[in-house]
Amino acid sequence: MGAARGATHRVHMQLVPSPAQLTGVTKRYGDVVALNGLDLTIRPGELLSLLGANGAGKTTAVRLLLGLAAPTTGTARVFGNDPRDAASRTRAGAMLQIARVPETLRVREHIHLFSSYYPDPMPIGDVIEAAGLQGLEKRKYGELSGGQQKRTLFALAICGNPDLLILDEPTTGLDVEARRALWKQIRAFIARGRSVLLTTHYLAEAEALADRVVVLNRGAAVAEGTPREIKGDAATLEDAFVEMVS
Amino acid sequence: MPRPLRIHLLEIKYEFLKALRMPQYALPTLLFPVVFYSFFGVVFGSRNGPQVAEYMLATYGTFGVIGAALFGFGVSVAVERGQGWLEAKRTTPMPISAYFMAKMAMAMTFGAIIVVLLFVTAAVGAHVQLPPAKMLSIFAIQVAGAIPFCAFGLALGFFVGPNSAAPVVNLVYLPISVLSGLWMPLRFLPESIQSLAYWLPPYHLSQLALGIVGASRGDSPALHVAALAVATILFSTVAYIGYRRDEGKMYG
Repeated sequence: MGAARGATHRVHMQLVPSPAQLTGVTKRYGDVVALNGLDLTIRPGELLSLLGANGAGKTTAVRLLLGLAAPTTGTARVFGNDPRDAASRTRAGAMLQIARVPETLRVREHIHLFSSYYPDPMPIGDVIEAAGLQGLEKRKYGELSGGQQKRTLFALAICGNPDLLILDEPTTGLDVEARRALWKQIRAFIARGRSVLLTTHYLAEAEALADRVVVLNRGAAVAEGTPREIKGDAATLEDAFVEMVS
Repeated sequence: MPRPLRIHLLEIKYEFLKALRMPQYALPTLLFPVVFYSFFGVVFGSRNGPQVAEYMLATYGTFGVIGAALFGFGVSVAVERGQGWLEAKRTTPMPISAYFMAKMAMAMTFGAIIVVLLFVTAAVGAHVQLPPAKMLSIFAIQVAGAIPFCAFGLALGFFVGPNSAAPVVNLVYLPISVLSGLWMPLRFLPESIQSLAYWLPPYHLSQLALGIVGASRGDSPALHVAALAVATILFSTVAYIGYRRDEGKMYG
């Protein structure tokens, strides 16, 4: 199945612009080089995992693709357009690492408000179901468990019916059960033919979800391939990863 | 309903819901000026005649409206920005005007409630009897007067961190209120610092309100309006710079 999907991707590549693309991107913050000449292309219909340790530049890459920061040099494109364009923001949904979300609004109210931003949102009932939030609609955000809060943020990311989903370390801090529940929602999203960029420092997460992995170290891509290719001869993805970034 | 209008209205609706569900934040902002006015305006007023109570009705109304704008707008933006919530909204196609309009509607509504509470306190506690037309003028001046201070709060919100926002606002709010003659008439302040008031926006707003009860220092209202307009432009520009600066911040 992997090979067949790969072939379709190549045909698509020539016809439609990449859902998300960084070309020759360097990003400096003062003296700190967060990204150093990074090229990154997400193919339509795939889940690309950006794997790296804390501080490798994952969040910076995400911020550039969401138009929250501008590259120092190089370009960031979403479906061929500037990420800051309203059209790009309509087609890309995002789940960021947020310290605090308004806690007194209910799950349904949060989704209701975010849905209103989009021209063609999913019906709220479908969003609730796709994020596994049935029965929690009337719960206030502050009353939810960590996993339920993440699934609410996931709901806000998909409620606009996006073609591209950008997830920045979506499962950090979750227990195994909550992590697997979110994986299920992500897989269901991909199954509808959409594209996903997911950053993570959990190797098991990349292995479980990704069609392709890009390993990021100190702001540059040091390896790229399917999880199996990345693993190569190493016993586990973790061994391969440690070897690459050390 | 056109979609942009619907977004703005929903944003306002949920901003109000948030405030209603956190009365511990809303109540101090609403009651602080009333408590102060009861203390100074009503107590002084009963000793020194209704003019003092009228005077302080105008100045404490100004004080309250400014507080609502600085805390309801400035601190709230600083907190939501610092905690990443504003950024999450910026990844959506939400027009940023919806976010700011909702906060402004909230701050102005708070301002309006404060002014009405003060009218009631003045009438009951100090027997202040103003003709309805004058009350309406004071109300309109003060609620509209929230605008430059919303801009001020916004500028602060983009340059101050989420934890330091409230202390910084207090550090600015209380001194400029005193120096603008909002707590006690300017003539009770040392002469050397009286002239500072001309440079402070709260002074100009209070002079407009005092003009209605015949207690301003006699400058033309046009001068005060112009000063407030300049302040609005200045603060909005600073806020805009801060908003732009956000592109290119933080790393990970």
